Amino acid sequence: MAQDKIQYVTAPKVEDNRKKYCRFKKNGIKYIDYKDANFLLKFINDQGKILPRRLTGTSLKYQRKVAQAVKRARHIGVLPFVTDGLK
Amino acid sequence: MNQYETTIILTPLLSEEVAKEVIAKFSKLLTDNAAEIVMEDNWGLKKLAYPIQKKSTGYYHLTEYKCSGEVIGKLEVELKRDERVMRFLTISLNKHAVAYNDKKRGGAFNKKKVTAEVAK
Repeated sequence: MAQDKIQYVTAPKVEDNRKKYCRFKKNGIKYIDYKDANFLLKFINDQGKILPRRLTGTSLKYQRKVAQAVKRARHIGVLPFVTDGLK
Repeated sequence: MNQYETTIILTPLLSEEVAKEVIAKFSKLLTDNAAEIVMEDNWGLKKLAYPIQKKSTGYYHLTEYKCSGEVIGKLEVELKRDERVMRFLTISLNKHAVAYNDKKRGGAFNKKKVTAEVAK
């Protein structure tokens, strides 16, 4: 029987060569506004937890600032401390 | 002289006039202590991300000012004593933050969209 369709045992690994980068360094953003909830939403997951650097690609310098801004936003009631289904 | 930014959240139970009065009281305290008010922004009633003092909304007010460090202590004591203030946050602004706020006030973030349209 001729095999005209290739079947994989495991799903083939699709190479994703897109390198992660720090969006603050790339765009020259020096200050992160803690009042801008929509922007900070990119750095938290749907439970409201701060995403790690390994997922967002943010450099250490700006990750500290992101964390500070998220915590300030939580204090003034702009972002929640805990929730479910934020996104 | 440092530049600071204070966000005040008042209880939603106050009427508009009383809320304005409370805000004016704190602005006066700042100006009496030789602070120079750079900007005031009234967000009005806003929904909170989580309940504070069992209330789901808050009356937001933002003040940006230049003053010496001792004034902050005085202001924060007054804010703590006032029962109508649910929460407050004072931030010392560095040069990047000041630049960002100036840009924001100049409408630089809306301008970006306009230039993008022109480029098309």
